[in-house]
Amino acid sequence: MSPLSNRERMQIKRHDMPAQEPQVRIGNFDEVALGYSWDEALAEAERCLQCAKPHCVDGCPVGVQIPQFIKALREGNLSGAVDAMKVKNNLPAICGRVCPQETQCEANCILAKKGHSVAIGRLERYVGDYALREQLKPEPPAPPTGRKVAVVGSGPAGLTCAVDLAKLGHKVTIFESLHVPGGVLVYGIPEFRLPKNIIRAEIQTAADYLGIEIRTNHIIGNTYTLDELLSEYDAVFMGTGAGLPSFMRIPGINLNGVMSANEFLTRVNLMKGYRFPEYDTPVKVGHRVAVIGAGNVAMDAARSSLRLQTLHWLREQALGKNGTADRGEAHIVYRRSRNEVPAREEEFHHAVEEGVICDFLTNPVAILGDEQGNVRSLRCIRMELGEPDASGRRSPIPIEGSEFEMEMDTVIFALGTSPNPIVFNQAAGLERTKHGTVVADPETGRTMKAGVWAGGDVVTGAATVISAMGAGKRAAADMHKFLTDRELFDVG
Amino acid sequence: MYKILEKQVLSDVTKLMVIEAPHVARNARAGQFVIVIADAQGERIPLTIADHDPQRGTITLIFQEVGKSTMAMGTMNVGDGFYSVAGPLGHPTEIEDYGTVACVAGGVGIAPMYPIARDLKAAGNHVISIIGARTKQLLFWEDKMRAVSDELIVCTDDGSYKRKALVTEPLKELLTARPGEVAKVWAIGPTIMMKFVSLTTRPFSVPTIVSLNTIMIDGTGMCGGCRVAMTDGAKFVCVDGPEFDGHMVDWNNLLSRIQYYKAEEQVAIEHWQQVRDHACNLDKVPA
Repeated sequence: MSPLSNRERMQIKRHDMPAQEPQVRIGNFDEVALGYSWDEALAEAERCLQCAKPHCVDGCPVGVQIPQFIKALREGNLSGAVDAMKVKNNLPAICGRVCPQETQCEANCILAKKGHSVAIGRLERYVGDYALREQLKPEPPAPPTGRKVAVVGSGPAGLTCAVDLAKLGHKVTIFESLHVPGGVLVYGIPEFRLPKNIIRAEIQTAADYLGIEIRTNHIIGNTYTLDELLSEYDAVFMGTGAGLPSFMRIPGINLNGVMSANEFLTRVNLMKGYRFPEYDTPVKVGHRVAVIGAGNVAMDAARSSLRLQTLHWLREQALGKNGTADRGEAHIVYRRSRNEVPAREEEFHHAVEEGVICDFLTNPVAILGDEQGNVRSLRCIRMELGEPDASGRRSPIPIEGSEFEMEMDTVIFALGTSPNPIVFNQAAGLERTKHGTVVADPETGRTMKAGVWAGGDVVTGAATVISAMGAGKRAAADMHKFLTDRELFDVG
Repeated sequence: MYKILEKQVLSDVTKLMVIEAPHVARNARAGQFVIVIADAQGERIPLTIADHDPQRGTITLIFQEVGKSTMAMGTMNVGDGFYSVAGPLGHPTEIEDYGTVACVAGGVGIAPMYPIARDLKAAGNHVISIIGARTKQLLFWEDKMRAVSDELIVCTDDGSYKRKALVTEPLKELLTARPGEVAKVWAIGPTIMMKFVSLTTRPFSVPTIVSLNTIMIDGTGMCGGCRVAMTDGAKFVCVDGPEFDGHMVDWNNLLSRIQYYKAEEQVAIEHWQQVRDHACNLDKVPA
């Protein structure tokens, strides 16, 4: 088969990825997007023009060698595609699923200017899944350097940093506070977007072949302090994320049925609450759920709510109980308009497709409860958009006299998070901003405390998986310099 | 796996376990807690550390069987292991020499009170302990509490052992009979008991510390499920506590919040009993 000309390549249409139908998928927690078949992956890979100066790579926070992996893929050399991928990214099955490619690599793709970019994310996922399925082993690490590194937190930042340092021959130990590694990937992102067996397999593979030790149930700040780690390890990376949830300062936040998206999603994802009572952790949402906020986490919470409601309804039907015809409602309550929705386009689209109801330009002012202290309703006020604020978004202004009530059983706050405070116990010298984030050089991740690097949400506040991975990667490069440079090391 | 090295049955529903958890034992202090998971399908439950031994690398936990998880844990034996033990969590008790202090513990609350009373005594305090339980059978560690207290009052709700009284009665008598003597009161036990201890000490203006036990998942400040309304705003029990000024707690809100999953707790118990008692038909076929 002779290679296609660029003109021919440009005529191939971007391939959609098969997905579960909305009405089916709200009755399960299985993955929504089903992944390309081999034929689809091959055909999509044919669209890549193999640019001499690939802008897509510039758009990737970890600099994945995109043209190289796509070229190997379309030549049918799948293990070559995996190798090209893993030069920069050891977690492709995860990134292929949760990266906002449309604003990164794919936004830079030359084809995007003429129509639709190459579906880089879907191809990345294909390659990542292949590596897991075939249990491909990563390149062995460099010979041991004799240096020891502690990585605090096993989310995207910590994992990336750990993998990069281990590849370079350093002995890495990861400390994780929860009982399983993965951080926000396991407690935050739902099964239907990122299956937990993928995370487990991708982390386990990387850790096994690179000799990374993962110590779960260790809460740094309590189990060991940062200073204790510094006395045992040559360098420490903090990728402790932003876990502390924010609640609105309105009456009624302590009623039963009011929770943070973190609590709700942790019950559902980490603890598998959707399989209660087979799993011990209960989760309940009732008939009407209001999710406050419109970011990715809000979408995850609303879509998980719909699934719990549908599963409950199906169970009642199966038991022959003639409950209500109404399966339940999940609302997104957002004070700005559709145009300002911060969630990824795809997430918002999926949510709407599944039947999530959006109440835009609506701001809660109080949560009202019944005599038992359970949520009864949400009182809101209508908003209108005024002048753009400091963030460039038009700021919402309440419309006087427009208050109204919506009946609700559950209110979930998805308003962002701030860094978890425990790690800062006895960590003198670690400078923090007024938002509680750690002060660190954005290029190197160096903090104000000698021997300590940081990256990801603990530095930036809540952001994306891939930006955290980028930070972990940059920090690993700088830590490597420090660990191998005789002079630097001795001074440090 | 975190191995069970010792098990003691303190009552039908109260079990003590010494568990291998060197990472927790090395840095634990009185007042702190752990989060345990019994098995891979288990839930995360907070338990206060009743004792710890850094040399041996062990912690001692005492729990009362009140729901599916604790009932299942009660059936575990020496040699079995917990799926997960994380900690230590929360702030330790602020141990100082306050003068005379009262340690009021009810039911299973005697377990977390023991290390606090012990450390308060070691710091030079005159420790007056008041311990109680619903009935004699549920009372334990009287001897251990006596060993770390200068005065010990024991009571049961039903009068089946020692004095028939709620712990608040001798406490009130003490505060009345010896005005100004007690500098600080600690209270640990059922939420309702801690509420009434706080109400008892309030008219005497004696600072009262309670150790709250709420619904909790991660125990590190991430879920907020443990938040409790205080007169100065909501606080997280896991990272701000677990000890708080009992006079600032909104007790009615707390009592309502800990009931939220009552129906699910019942479902979980029934499911567990069904699974446990299920005999497979295949096993009934004669060999």
